[in-house]
Amino acid sequence: MQTGHKVVVEITALRKSYGANEVLKGIDLQVQSGEVIAIIGKSGSGKSTLLRCINGLETFQDGALRVDGKPLLHESPLAMRELRQRVGMIFQNFNLFPHLSVGRNIMLAPTLVKKADAATTAAQARKLLQRVGLAEKFDARPDQLSGGQQQRVAIARALAMEPAVLLCDEITSALDPELVGEVLRVVESLADEGMTLLMVTHEMNFARKVSDRVIFMHQGRVHEMGPPEELFGSPQTPELKQFLSSLH
Amino acid sequence: MVDFSLWDILRNLLLAARWTVVLSLIAFIGGGVVGLALLVIRIAKVRGTERLVSGYVQLFQGTPLLMQLFLTYFGIALFGIQTSPWTSAALALTLYTSAFLTEIWRGCVASIPRGQWEAAQSLALNFGEQLRHVVLPQALKIAIAPTVGFMVQVIKGTALASVIGFVELTKAGSMISNATLKPFLVYSCVALMYFALCFPVSLYAKSLERKMNADRT
Repeated sequence: MQTGHKVVVEITALRKSYGANEVLKGIDLQVQSGEVIAIIGKSGSGKSTLLRCINGLETFQDGALRVDGKPLLHESPLAMRELRQRVGMIFQNFNLFPHLSVGRNIMLAPTLVKKADAATTAAQARKLLQRVGLAEKFDARPDQLSGGQQQRVAIARALAMEPAVLLCDEITSALDPELVGEVLRVVESLADEGMTLLMVTHEMNFARKVSDRVIFMHQGRVHEMGPPEELFGSPQTPELKQFLSSLH
Repeated sequence: MVDFSLWDILRNLLLAARWTVVLSLIAFIGGGVVGLALLVIRIAKVRGTERLVSGYVQLFQGTPLLMQLFLTYFGIALFGIQTSPWTSAALALTLYTSAFLTEIWRGCVASIPRGQWEAAQSLALNFGEQLRHVVLPQALKIAIAPTVGFMVQVIKGTALASVIGFVELTKAGSMISNATLKPFLVYSCVALMYFALCFPVSLYAKSLERKMNADRT
């Protein structure tokens, strides 16, 4: 963990509901720069929803959210565009753009949003592909790649916007078991390089190894939070104990 | 009485077929532009427009094209504007085509997975960029075959413009058949000409569809 004390993501009393069903019941969370946070919990506990609130894919009814000190304002497309440039997201299903080559997938956002010229973005894309171990795939089409390779391209695509924080939403859940490792190794290298990461994950061993802090979510609340060795080693609440034992 | 040779009949029908082609093209280009505008309004979810556009689509899908032609022809005249069969046929067919195309295309856009929108959003693309660079290129691929297929409907639909006095293939056919007293021969020729116009378009739609499927595997 880096020792930067800058707060990158600041969530205060966040509440979100779908109709009468409240899925986030007041979340408070501060993420420091360089921190790696794993969010665990049962499905339906609100962990993915919380992640999706951070870049505005979900709207919330109450509370406040700041990234890099800038508040999230759903009503303002301009503010959302600013904020989303600071927040990268990687999805469970990769969501690469199938009509564009791997290189174009990575270059699209920097070209449109940052108005960078083609030569710069192409050079950057090649560098990022090299970083995720896919240097030779620049001209490949997404459907020619394995799931693990597609997810690594998705990581490169998110990094191309030089985000302050990277959100990972169960990024290995759609992968064949033998492809999980190659994706996790890339994420681990990002963590080592000081990238701020928030990841929803079912890979407990990975969460234990890489994260600085683990958050256990239960019924729309942060139920327990702490360093991985504490949380996994001596869970305090019966819910977390039950959750951890259900995994084995 | 003047004697008409088969060549006379064919020559006159071919001349009239030009206007069928021109009217089809106008309907298609005009309908395409209006349909695209309606599509964008619809997916941008501008407040209140969703119901308005869907009402527009229902109106044109739920009434016969023949009535739409009558209503434009006589309706515009009610406002004291002099209309020719030309303008009212072009207008009615444009509106009709736009309603169907916007609905076809809406289905194509809806078939693009939500994850594509979300990925584009999370990369900070604005709505126009999401549409132009991510969603529409993918929707376009799916839309080509049904769009070309609908073109065949429009070509045949232009026949109805004959009822408001627009001289295209069908109207010319009935005029010639009145003059020659050979209705079966004349209308056979008319039908063959429609077929000659529509069949290649259908074939083209089929081949496009095959190509799309081949691309996907």
